[in-house]
Amino acid sequence: MSEQTRDTQTPEPTLMPPVDVIEDANGITLYADLPGVPKDKLSLHVEVDTLTIEGEVALDIPEGMEATHAEVSLPRYRRVFTLSKELDSEKVGAEFAHGVLKLRIPKAAHAQPRRIEVRVE
Amino acid sequence: MMYRSLFPRDLFAELDRLQREMQQSYELSPSIRGVARGGFPAMNVGGTAKSVEIYAFAPGVDPASIDVQLEKGVLTIAGERKAEAVPEKASVHIDERFAGRFRRVVTLPDDVDANAVSAKYRDGVLHISIQRRAAAQPRRISID
Repeated sequence: MSEQTRDTQTPEPTLMPPVDVIEDANGITLYADLPGVPKDKLSLHVEVDTLTIEGEVALDIPEGMEATHAEVSLPRYRRVFTLSKELDSEKVGAEFAHGVLKLRIPKAAHAQPRRIEVRVE
Repeated sequence: MMYRSLFPRDLFAELDRLQREMQQSYELSPSIRGVARGGFPAMNVGGTAKSVEIYAFAPGVDPASIDVQLEKGVLTIAGERKAEAVPEKASVHIDERFAGRFRRVVTLPDDVDANAVSAKYRDGVLHISIQRRAAAQPRRISID
């Protein structure tokens, strides 16, 4: 699994979520920090050999609030990975809780485009 | 989207992030108090006429284990985020997420009411709202 640095699809600036990627004999586990993203604003997409993680931040902001200090200054996260051939993108498992996404990608063959269902625990 | 105008400093945020990552890789600490490693949790602070709003981006932390203290106008957020378990014979390809103990301190404006604080944890964000004292709020004075 490698990361794509080129990004031609969205000219809009996004935050890059930090990730951990751990590989064992049976597959790859990816953890991504997406704080502030509700489950319905998380989008995972696997197409051919590309995994795209996108999320939109939805904070509870009172009316008329002015920011005085902002370390998280964009409302969107996005990160794209290229999956290697031995990973089975049809069997990706996803869990999303407390702003942490956990993806499990087992090792197998070929790939087809499909959406991944998100399960919250 | 409203956030664009609220938190518009994306270039600075990216530079800040870059600097944090550099510090993380070299274990440097720029301040005598020591910035929490990598600046975790990231914080946004804002205010309205009636309240001060603090957002701490702390994903994957048990809300019950977060220690929030307000003392003498200083807000402290402390806790711990455990590293993910790495099975035997597994290899770690990317390791960017923060793990370990964290502590961040915010100095609050003088007019906050330490007795009117609410804290909520949702989607990995700790949102602390502190009311300003009524005397400090703008008031309309009626003329008889």
